Amino acid sequence: MNWPQSMLGAAGPHAGGVESLWWLFFWITAVVYVLVIVATIVAVLRRGRPVDPRDPAASRGAGVVIASATGVTLVLLFILLISSVRTGRYSIQGLADPSHVNIKLTGNQWWWDVEYESKLASQRVQTANEIHIPTGRPVLLKLQSTDVIHSFWVPNLAGKKDLIPGHQTELWIQADRSGVFRGQCAEFCGPQHAHMALLVIAESPDKYAAWLEAQRHPAAEPPDEMAKRGRDVFLSGPCVMCHSIRGTGAGGRTAPDLTHLESRLTLAAGTIPNTPGHLAGWVTDAQGIKPGTRMPTIGINGEDLQALLKYLQALK
Amino acid sequence: MMRLVTIVTLVLATAACEREQRRFTEASPASGVPQTLKMGQLEPGGSPQQVAIQSEYEENAWAISEGKRNFEWFNCVGCHAHGGGGMGPPLIDSRWIYGSEPENIFATIMQGRPNGMPAFRGRIPQQQVWQIVAYVRSIGGLTPADARSQRDDDLFYKKPEARTPQKGPEGQPGRRP
Repeated sequence: MNWPQSMLGAAGPHAGGVESLWWLFFWITAVVYVLVIVATIVAVLRRGRPVDPRDPAASRGAGVVIASATGVTLVLLFILLISSVRTGRYSIQGLADPSHVNIKLTGNQWWWDVEYESKLASQRVQTANEIHIPTGRPVLLKLQSTDVIHSFWVPNLAGKKDLIPGHQTELWIQADRSGVFRGQCAEFCGPQHAHMALLVIAESPDKYAAWLEAQRHPAAEPPDEMAKRGRDVFLSGPCVMCHSIRGTGAGGRTAPDLTHLESRLTLAAGTIPNTPGHLAGWVTDAQGIKPGTRMPTIGINGEDLQALLKYLQALK
Repeated sequence: MMRLVTIVTLVLATAACEREQRRFTEASPASGVPQTLKMGQLEPGGSPQQVAIQSEYEENAWAISEGKRNFEWFNCVGCHAHGGGGMGPPLIDSRWIYGSEPENIFATIMQGRPNGMPAFRGRIPQQQVWQIVAYVRSIGGLTPADARSQRDDDLFYKKPEARTPQKGPEGQPGRRP
């Protein structure tokens, strides 16, 4: 669960601009800070002779010092202003490339719905809370929200962009090296705002293509009798009202798509790792793990739970 | 001193506000669904007056808004619209084919009714069914008015639906209760 989430480890062009800007600010303000402290210490320690304020030569000297310090401050502030505006303009600019990937990202209280767009319906892919992207290729994120304002923020790749209900916003991201980068909703969106994370998995174009192809397939058939019973529990119980598993009758659209649940690294939008124990805990008592989440306490008995877990773990 | 007493009284008074309380965990995890509802009139040992079901959710604005969300999520709106009816009967008029008490509406949702109403037993957790019951009764005006906000529990950019319209349908003046 320790994936980097820092603007100081930029992995893409937009984040790179922000990182350089950060270092420019850091060094300029650090040098100014040290100079001011040194000047203060020197002024306190120096025991010069008393200066007569009516002496024209002394006040001229002070005037020159004040004017030049103001001038240097102004120049430095303008350097910071111009570089900040330039970085801002660059980071909202598109990374025009005809081969870019289109992803529709919809914010929900408190998870991310991810759809890989395609002109062919059979090529579309639906997943949740994890975005796989190929390295070295721009990705256009089309951001939407179904309920409140959320904000997409993966600091290793780009700045923040809000997801606004009823209005589509766009953000370009690109990863130049592979890795798993953590993102976080950056706009307070309700009691579980802190547990609304997502992962961006940047991988080589070959691995990405293989992943996308695997995601296009419908869900795996249950491997044994117990898993088959688990599928019946899923399809005849409350799960089916909200979740969808492609290839079965489950077509709910208000909760994360579970077709390839086991291929994901986390559960509940980055709240807990995707392990059998955590999955069991989440199915049984989601409200205990993430109070207020839309997943209700369903009241499932032990045998059904074991069968259901067996089925869910087969959704590779 | 007087000011202190006032402040303490006001602070203590907020403890009585249950309208906005959010109870996320009510049913204990992994508990079975209890059978509280009576389905018929005949039972052994005579038939005393059945104790009326008191649904706490009807006085809780958050539970009603959760009921409203689930009313949409589980596609009750597909047939009943937002109470106005369509393929299914309207829920905002005074005609209740199978009764307007909470337990009647609960039974209607759980068991289904002839000619189209599906049975949701086992598909919706009991707690959520009671929340939907509270919402259905709220749009019919059967719950206490102070909790009846009929709001969504998210970004609110419309006027509250329970508000008296400024202008009634067909240009008539709005109804004042």
